[in-house]
Parts: sequence; structure tokens; C-alpha cells
Amino acid sequence: MIWDRKHETMSRSDLEALQLERLKTQATNVYEVVPFYRQRFMEQGITPQTIRSLADLAKLPFTTKRDFRDNYPLGLAAVPKERIVRIHASSGTTGKPTVVAYTAGDIDTWSEVMARTITAGGVTRHDVVHNAYGYGLFTGGLGFHYGAERIGATVIPVSGGVTKRQIMLIQDLGSTVLCCTPSYALYLAEAAQEMGVDLRETALRVGIFGAEPWSERMRQEIEAKLGLKALDIYGLSEIIGPGVSVECGYQCGLHIFEDHFLPEIVDPGTGEPLPWGQRGELVLTTLTKEALPVIRYRTGDITSLNAETCACGRTMVRMAKPSGRTDDMLIVRGINVFPSQIETVLLQVEGVQPHYQIIVDRQHTLDDLEVWVEVSEEVFADEIRGLEALEHRIRNELHNALGITARVRLVEPRSIQRSEGKAKRVVDRREAFGSS
Amino acid sequence: MRVTQISVFLENRPGRLAHLLQVLAEAKVNLRALSLADTADFGIARIIVTDTAAAMAAIRHAGLTAAPTEVLRVEVPDEPGALENTIVVPLAQAGVNIEYLYAHSERPLDKAEVVLKVDKLDKAEQVLIGELGNGA
Repeated sequence: MIWDRKHETMSRSDLEALQLERLKTQATNVYEVVPFYRQRFMEQGITPQTIRSLADLAKLPFTTKRDFRDNYPLGLAAVPKERIVRIHASSGTTGKPTVVAYTAGDIDTWSEVMARTITAGGVTRHDVVHNAYGYGLFTGGLGFHYGAERIGATVIPVSGGVTKRQIMLIQDLGSTVLCCTPSYALYLAEAAQEMGVDLRETALRVGIFGAEPWSERMRQEIEAKLGLKALDIYGLSEIIGPGVSVECGYQCGLHIFEDHFLPEIVDPGTGEPLPWGQRGELVLTTLTKEALPVIRYRTGDITSLNAETCACGRTMVRMAKPSGRTDDMLIVRGINVFPSQIETVLLQVEGVQPHYQIIVDRQHTLDDLEVWVEVSEEVFADEIRGLEALEHRIRNELHNALGITARVRLVEPRSIQRSEGKAKRVVDRREAFGSS
Repeated sequence: MRVTQISVFLENRPGRLAHLLQVLAEAKVNLRALSLADTADFGIARIIVTDTAAAMAAIRHAGLTAAPTEVLRVEVPDEPGALENTIVVPLAQAGVNIEYLYAHSERPLDKAEVVLKVDKLDKAEQVLIGELGNGA
């Protein structure tokens, strides 16, 4: 099913004409209004008039997560404060979060692309949508909420947590659609089993899962355990949140809503544009955003693009499931975590040396973040309670900085594996970027 | 009598205590008392040895984390109620908290010996000297 047939099935030539017109408008706007972009354009020796065709996009400067940090909180905004109606945030690489803003028009655009997203899963106003994405600063909860309301479905804004109640509500309210992270979907199935509930026997038939990487194998497991069709969704708050791209029922790549988000693939090392079929870093330019337009955002996600028309009828280009990251960012329970953030926190705790290791695991279906810290003589206390207080303190500091609960484990010095003098900082056992 | 105990951080998994004991044996250090405290992930081995300086050096050389701690070594009569009456109750009455306590393996005839870590070392010493009258 297609929500916006006019746009989603546009011919490539019509689409490119629309993209070019919108790109020119967007570039002119940021050049005139946002000092950061004006300076970047000038450094490159270009003006908005440089853009004559879509190929000229490659002449525009990149925007990175670092630029968001340097312009914290809202230095990249292109509208006055009174036009901003919503703020969301995701974690940044160091202490400060990445803050994003929306005008009323942006919320409308977001609702539309999310309506397309949810409709791609065959969801209609007759469905009951169990939305277990977190509501709050995270874009997942409200993004899905507005999209599901836009199509007229019944939304259960259950948010995260209290898993037993979630299972009860899925049964009692006859939920047909499940929206959450893929790891939470598996956790729900496991918790249901412990309660003697078989989710395959509920009305659930479609799941729209995202906010963290997951493999094809995990999809099969979810589909088997929950008895539903599991679709992948992609998005990031810097661009809009969820709603950048989604799989249709054919599960053969994620359609990018190109009339709003202009995709490119670049070489992660040189930044040179690559042909669509080739694997590289996804770069996105917003075409219709008002509060926070973004030019050539380096997503850090490795993928490739396929412009063939899909069997579903959509002409919108399909991106492959991301197969990795260009940086060391980890996505744990939907939250972005950089090892540098963890290091910053540890170094703030008196006496803790920068000998640590981050273990990410999915043994118990939910992502588990464990931070191993070597115990030096500076922090060693003769009493158990002193060491437990240290563990507690590190855990609290990590929670404050990352918004995520990590298990802290004190280990003996030199027990963290070092290779050629350099400690291995991250051990990811999840196979998240597995066989996709 | 005040003695120096060595506390060693050990992960709670097979072979770690064996490693510590091997380090001590190689340094020709003999154990006089040993106590283990544990949590799910880690533990603390508390030891009193014949040669504290040599033991500390060997433990550090082996890359283990250790810290010296001042504790009290006290003789008590080897009879029912003695520990309670001569140590625990008097310290409680004096407002001294015992952090932990364990038995010492070396002991004279008809006596037991315990090692205790308290929050107020000086006060505990005064109390115990008065109580035992034996220069504890």
C-alpha cells in the first residue's frame, strides 16, 4: 500500500526536477539565513547560484555531527525561535547532546513521511498500533505517534518499559502493529513466553523496527517468534528522525523519501561521490526542512543505493540495510554511544585510569552494555562497600552522560586485552551488522 | 597489637586466588592468616604474612592491585563466649564498629587469635588493652 502515490511513484525525471528546484531553494535559504552555511559556502568559493543541476550537489560542503556540536544548541537553525514548535535531542560524541528543532511545517512533513512509512507496512486506519518506541527527547516515540495518527490508526502510546503491562495491552487491545527497536521485539517475545503468552497467537501482524542495526538473521528470528512481518526503518534526528526510509512488504531495501531527503553515496575516506550501486557512506541533504535544514550530512552509515523501480510500484531509491559505520559509534538500545563519551566519564571519576573496555552483547535479547574498568591502587579500597560505591558512582555518571544503564565491572589490572600496546576498547558481540 | 594486613583485589573467577598464592610462594612468603570477601564479580583477599614488604613487592610485580591496611591482632581465651565478652561487646559499647574479623592461624596454647579491622583504631586499642589486660 502507498500513502502518497503522487510522490512515491513519481517518474525519475519529474522527481529530479522537483529535487533540483527544492535544492536551489534550500541552498539559497541556508546561505542567506545561517551564518555557518554562508561561511562554508564562501570557503568553497560557491554561492547558491552554483547549483544548476543535481550533479552540482557535490560542490556543496559537508555537514557533520561535529558541526552540530560546535553550534550547540541551535546555531544551525534557519528560523527565529518563535517559529520553533518542538525540540528533540540525541546523544553527541561528548558531553552535550545533538539538539534538533522543528517548525509546525516540519512536524507536518514528518507526519507525512511517517504516514508513508507506516503505510508501507500495509497499515491502515483499521489497525491498532502498539508504539513502544521511547517518548521524549528521542525522536522514535513521537515520530511514530504522529505518523500513525495521520493515517487514522488507533495509537497505543505505551513508550518503553513495564514489559508485562505491554504484553497485557497487546492482548487486550488487539494490537496489530508493533513499533519498537528490534532487540525490544525479541525481549517482548521472551517475556511473553515466561508469562505463558504466545505472541504468535495475538493479532500482531506487522512490526516496524529500527533505531539500531540488526541482521537478516535477527529478522528471521523476530518473524518466527512474534508471528509477524518485520520491516526495517531508517532515520536520524539530524535529518528528521524516523521516516527517512523504510522497507515495503517486499523487504528488498529501504525506500528513501527522495522528494524530502536527497541521498548520495560518498567514499568515506575522500568524500568523493560514488556511483549509486557502490558501497559507501550515505550522505543526506534535506530538501524541505524549515527549522533545521541540513546540507550534505555525513550519516556515518555504510550502504549502497538501488534506483530500480520496486515491485511495490515505488520509484523512490532503495538503500541496502546499513552494513557498518564509518566511525566507532555504537547503537545500544536505540541510543548512540561513542567510546569517547565513556572515556570522558571514566576520567572524571577520581583515580580511574583510562584502562577500560566496552562490551556490547545481545545475549539476553536486549542489548547489554558492560563497561570493564581496571582497578588501580588509587581507587582500590580494602572494603567491599568502597568498591561497590565506586561501581555505583561510575554507573551513575555513565547514566547521567549517556542516558543508558551500563553494567560496570571492576577487573584486575592488565586483564583488558591490549594489542600492540593499544587497548581494544570495544567488543561488540551482537552480530548486528551480520548477514544482511 | 597492630599489624599490617595486605588486601588484594581479585576477580571472582577460577584461578585468581591460585595465582596470588603462587606469587607468594615464589617470593618465599608464608601466610599467617587469610580471609576472603566476595561479590558476584570480584573479591578481596586479605592476608597477613611473615614478610609484608617482600609480599607487597611480589604482588605488585605480578601486576595485582594491593593495599596495606592497619588492623589489630588480638588474643582471646579459647573458650565459649570469649570473643563476645572480650572483644565484640566492649567495642560496641565504646562505639567502635568492626568492619570485619577473621581468625589468625598462628596461636599459643589455650588461646585463639583474631584479626579485626575497625573504624577507630586507637580507641579500639585502648578498649581492648583495658579489657584483656594483656597488651593487645
